[in-house]
Amino acid sequence: MIEMKNLRKDFPVRVKAGRFRREKRVLTAVDGVSLSIAAGEMVGYIGPNGAGKSTTLKMLTGVLAPSAGEVSVCGLSPVAQRTRLALRIGVVFGQRSQLWWDLPLRESFRLLKHVYRVPAAEHETRLRRCRELLDLDAFMETPVRQLSLGQRMRGELTAALLHGPEVLFLDEPTIGLDVVSKQAVRSFLGELGRGGDVTLVLTTHDLADIERLCKRLVVIDHGRVVHDGTIEDLHSRYGSRRRLVADLDSPLPPGFALPGAVLSTVEADGHRVTFTLESIAAGAAVAALVNAASVRDLSVIEPDIEDVVARLYRCSITSTAQDGSSAS
Amino acid sequence: MDGGDARVPTISPRRPLSASAATFGALMWSGFRRYATYRQATVAGSFTNIVFGFLRCYVLLAVAAGATAGAPGGYDVRQLATFVWVGQGLLTVVGIWGYSDLADRIRTGDIASDLLRPVAPVTAYLAADLGRAGYQLMTRFVPPVVVGAIAFPLFAPARWQTVPLFAVSVLLAVIGSFGCRYLVNATAYWLGDARGPLMFWTLGSGVLAGLYFPLRLLPEWLTITIWVATPLPGLLQTPLDVLVERDGPGLQAGLVALQAVWAVIMVALAAVVQRRAERKLVVQGG
Repeated sequence: MIEMKNLRKDFPVRVKAGRFRREKRVLTAVDGVSLSIAAGEMVGYIGPNGAGKSTTLKMLTGVLAPSAGEVSVCGLSPVAQRTRLALRIGVVFGQRSQLWWDLPLRESFRLLKHVYRVPAAEHETRLRRCRELLDLDAFMETPVRQLSLGQRMRGELTAALLHGPEVLFLDEPTIGLDVVSKQAVRSFLGELGRGGDVTLVLTTHDLADIERLCKRLVVIDHGRVVHDGTIEDLHSRYGSRRRLVADLDSPLPPGFALPGAVLSTVEADGHRVTFTLESIAAGAAVAALVNAASVRDLSVIEPDIEDVVARLYRCSITSTAQDGSSAS
Repeated sequence: MDGGDARVPTISPRRPLSASAATFGALMWSGFRRYATYRQATVAGSFTNIVFGFLRCYVLLAVAAGATAGAPGGYDVRQLATFVWVGQGLLTVVGIWGYSDLADRIRTGDIASDLLRPVAPVTAYLAADLGRAGYQLMTRFVPPVVVGAIAFPLFAPARWQTVPLFAVSVLLAVIGSFGCRYLVNATAYWLGDARGPLMFWTLGSGVLAGLYFPLRLLPEWLTITIWVATPLPGLLQTPLDVLVERDGPGLQAGLVALQAVWAVIMVALAAVVQRRAERKLVVQGG
């Protein structure tokens, strides 16, 4: 459904190089990305700020012309066949609006029906579904400029889906939303993904979005893909471990060791200890600890995707610093 | 897979004309509705138009009184008053000023949303602008003309073809003006900010479209040069000259034909510039 081969985007930038002189330099936002996404996949596309996520999405939707490489979406060349492609994809840019600012939401939807030439019955069916799942009825008559961010985002999602797109590109669809709105958007997208009709590419900084929705995770940094696989792959690749945190009545005896685990922190004068479980099962570790010390409370903490990704970003920054900047 | 995919059977880029007309009509309606939202602004704008109408009318009538034959530029007093008051009414219909929608969308990067629609941006913006003009015609055109007719003797056309020609001329003026404004706004693709060109446009268009004074007051060679070499007289001067029957029937129709040529050139140029811009487009913001 989506193919990218050595996709690259350079931006010329002028930087100050003296009182009057300005030097032209090239900033590489996307640096040779190759990816293949099959129909019906739900892919999380993440990376730190400035990594090249949005630039990739703009190239996939035909808004930006790539500097080099090949790209095809639904078998079409996005820039050359942009208007044809527009009929087959849906796009939500979390920070932009595709709705008519001064018109009520209902009017925006009616206009989209004409712009995309959707038959009335199809339009009605899809709109009804979105109204139910996204709870739009309360603000269908409100002009878009008066909608709250959460309401507008639900409107944006509907607008992107009314023409029945095969691929849905979502660029930070939950940015700035409160917990309830986030959950509504996520469960809606989850529902959509389970149908298997729509291929979904999602960029976000909220990793909970990815955990809930996407089996496949692509991490991009400095314009390059640094990880492509499942979330479990990411955990095993970056050595994410479960942790055992225990509150003790008295500190552990000196020289105490838990085979297959590493004592990572000792807090509260030795009354709270944290072990990272390397090659020992949680149950065995708990049993060993309870035998050795008087335990008041304990908990086993699952590896946190945010930690892993933060580590991944940091690794990436370090390796880039060693390589020299990709912008030259 | 192409547009003929079974899941999207009726969405084809090779649209029949009626379907394209429906899309165009819907986009026109969006422009109409958008302006209809701001009713108080419409009232305030009409009031301003009327105040400036009196100002311009008295100045031009004073010029006429001072002129040797009492007919400066070949206009009599009734024609001059009509020129001013209908001109005041047409000002917002043609919409020479105050349009920076496209430039703003380029500057903020919102233009990306326009590019994601299956309609060429120039077509979509033209449709919306015609809708806007339709709304302004219904609301902003009438008040100054009525006030002018109450306060001054106005010119009544004598030829049967004048009113239909005037209607065509107004439509062409709107299209020509749209082309010009689109081009001025599109400089933002290259400059990032079109405020400079917009300022230049505001100053230049008022003079050369015949808003500040009828272009016929200028030496004949200069008037002809401006008329032939620029699209600007077609934005205001032509429809007004057509209405007040300033020239014989042949030249009256000829001016509208010239206006049509310029309208087509400007819209075509806008489409070319848009295509060029898309190749080098940098969408601002994340």
